[in-house]
Amino acid sequence: MALYEHIFIVRQDTPHQRVEELTKEFSEIISKNGGEVKKTEFWGLRSLAYKIKKNKKGHYILMNIDAPSSALKEMENSMLLNEDVIRSLSIKVNKHEEGPSIMMKSKDDKEVKINLSNNSDGDYSNQYSNNLNNMDI
Amino acid sequence: MHNKSRNFFKRRKSCPFSGSDAPKIDYKDIRLLQKFLSERGKIVPSRITAVSAKKQRELSTAVKRARFLGLLPYVVD
Repeated sequence: MALYEHIFIVRQDTPHQRVEELTKEFSEIISKNGGEVKKTEFWGLRSLAYKIKKNKKGHYILMNIDAPSSALKEMENSMLLNEDVIRSLSIKVNKHEEGPSIMMKSKDDKEVKINLSNNSDGDYSNQYSNNLNNMDI
Repeated sequence: MHNKSRNFFKRRKSCPFSGSDAPKIDYKDIRLLQKFLSERGKIVPSRITAVSAKKQRELSTAVKRARFLGLLPYVVD
């Protein structure tokens, strides 16, 4: 099994609920194929540096994955077919970084993140609000 | 060192990514990467920023990853 960091961007006009659903779907693909998603991070709706498929903004999701390459390939394929996912990138790493990534620590985009946090259920949004608390606004 | 020659040599800056408390190059750390980009969004050559060759290679892949993900622009105009 290898360690991967996987980032994907979801279209701007998808509701937050749907973004969570998508993330769960993709995590299931990994777990079905004998892998494990160690951590999921929602960076929120960020503005893109340039337009991607006519989108100016996108929901960023980071996943730390420990899975065989076949499982990752499977997930990448379904991301390519999914029209809501506008971009995805997986990177093989030697070690997963511990704690929230630098993106969650930085405060410059906090107003966008707060917009997304007023969501109710799902363990993902719980983790999300935990991250918000860590940011000491 | 002689006084004379010292005047003609500029002190060589050390690499900002070497040393004990040096920042880690990470494609997610846009703020850090932005310090090594020009106003146009180009990567600044290492002869100006004094980044070591090894770290410059690391830096350039990090910038390119960030660009692909729409975190950094390819061109600023």
